[in-house]
Amino acid sequence: MTVLLDLEGVAAYYGAIQALNGIDIQVMEGEIVTLIGANGAGKSTTLMTICGSPQARSGRIMYAGEDITNRPTHQIMRMGISQSPEGRRIFPRMTVLENLQMGAAFGDPAHFDADLEEVFSLFPRLKERIAQRGGTLSGGEQQMLAIGRALMSRPRLLLLDEPSLGIAPMLVRQIFAAIKEINAAKGVTILLVEQNAFHALRLAHRGYVLVNGAIQMSGTGSELLARPEIRAAYLEGGAV
Amino acid sequence: MEYFLQQLINGVTLGSIYGLIAIGYTMVYGIIGMINFAHGDIFMIGAFSGLIVIVGLGALGLGSAGGLIVVAIIGAMIVAAAYGWALERIAYRPLRGSFRLAALISAIGMSILLQNYVQLAQGARVKPLQPMIEGGFVLMQKGDFTVNLSYLQIIIVGTTIALMTGFSLLIAKTSIGRSQRACEQDMKMAALLGLDVNRTISLTFMMGAALAAVAGMMFLIYYGVIDFFIGFLVGIKAFTAAVLGGIGSLPGAMLGGLLIGLIETFWSGYFTVEYKDVAAFAILVLVLIFRPTGLLGRPEVEKV
Ligand SMILES: Nc1ncnc2c1ncn2[C@@H]1O[C@H](COP(=O)(O)OP(=O)(O)O)[C@@H](O)[C@H]1O
Ligand SMILES: [Mg+2]
Repeated sequence: MTVLLDLEGVAAYYGAIQALNGIDIQVMEGEIVTLIGANGAGKSTTLMTICGSPQARSGRIMYAGEDITNRPTHQIMRMGISQSPEGRRIFPRMTVLENLQMGAAFGDPAHFDADLEEVFSLFPRLKERIAQRGGTLSGGEQQMLAIGRALMSRPRLLLLDEPSLGIAPMLVRQIFAAIKEINAAKGVTILLVEQNAFHALRLAHRGYVLVNGAIQMSGTGSELLARPEIRAAYLEGGAV
Repeated sequence: MEYFLQQLINGVTLGSIYGLIAIGYTMVYGIIGMINFAHGDIFMIGAFSGLIVIVGLGALGLGSAGGLIVVAIIGAMIVAAAYGWALERIAYRPLRGSFRLAALISAIGMSILLQNYVQLAQGARVKPLQPMIEGGFVLMQKGDFTVNLSYLQIIIVGTTIALMTGFSLLIAKTSIGRSQRACEQDMKMAALLGLDVNRTISLTFMMGAALAAVAGMMFLIYYGVIDFFIGFLVGIKAFTAAVLGGIGSLPGAMLGGLLIGLIETFWSGYFTVEYKDVAAFAILVLVLIFRPTGLLGRPEVEKV
């Protein structure tokens, strides 16, 4: 297996505040890797730092054998990395179709129709709402749209930030099933950030536990699920 | 009735000019949330560039009036777009993310700079231009009073309608327009989709400047005189138009331009010409007090 994404000692700051404290993460081609941790641990910052916003202040980020540490965000995102960010960030005054077109802005236009159909077969709900404005969708629909939009560029690496947050349990199951399918059927490598550790660890091949901007533990999904300290901190009493 | 009709024709013509300039204010505000107070001076630069082309080519004895005007408009749009681009690069981009007042002060500074630069380069005296398009229709006659619709007015309003239609389609239907709307709605997300946000912002400045240059050419040919200071008053009125229509809204800028042109013309026609500028500013104050989102603007609530 080849390493697709490699973070080595990455530190990131917001102004003077340090949010990431030299973290190491490796994602192999074809894997689902999850990053779990409490609110404020630095999970979203990790995904955003991979995308160059904020830029890492020290350490190195390698993607597909290239050093992307100091590249501007738009260049990184044209290398086959996509993100469905925290809060979904759907363009509120654009239709579902326009949001998806934005996702495909730098892809080959010849792929557009086929990719659109694939997104619709993954999330049929979006097809029904194709002309509806993004801002008027429900939270679950927005999440589907955010993932669909991220897929429209045919990513090699998909970064997902808390896709289950604030969504009805039935839709959560549907979204996790879709994530599994994106990985298994399309071969897209996935780095999944979740507070819903139980679901995430069951789905992922491997996981990392982030505490206060540092990696505290890592292992396969089942290993981490079996660790008593993980159960105590992230599972018991937590949402399932 | 005749008098009213004449004022209406004049008002729509003036409103076309304001509307074209107002688009630049509203687009820049939409995308980076700042008032580009030097935009009126870009309009002035456009008028001067057009005049230089007309005088220069005219002196060489080249071209018909129509051909000269077309070449001058294209030249003015290119020059103004270059100024718009440079303005953003030099005066606004370095201050992006800084406190809001910084960009505003920089804009006012650039406005003064451009005025003084043109005053130095071109002199302070007004620059006349011979009428280039004469004649028109007499729509109505009653006693000595005739209602005229000049060819020039038809061209100005027709060009404006064509430009505004084309521009609205560009924003609504093309990928360039979609990128601009994406940046306007969520710049960070636009970058996460691979969009070069800086390029989109530059493009927005250049488009607004090119439209202002067309307005500058119209102003030049319609009134026949320009000076380095025209951008100030016309700029503030176009800004008022953008606020009246709802700053950030493209149809709002067009509607606001039309309304300000009509209000100003009817005010001078029925009340007093001396206070015609007061009308526009009174409206600016009233809108800001009673309806800061303007006629077609949307309330600033859905920002995440
Ligand atoms: N834009 C920001 N400006 C300043 N501090 C921030 C910003 N975003 C996040 N932080 C801080 O960085 C730390 C990590 O945040 P985040 O990455 O969002 O955590 P998580 O996604 O794990 O909940 C937190 O202490 C948070 O307050
Ligand atoms: Mg987060």
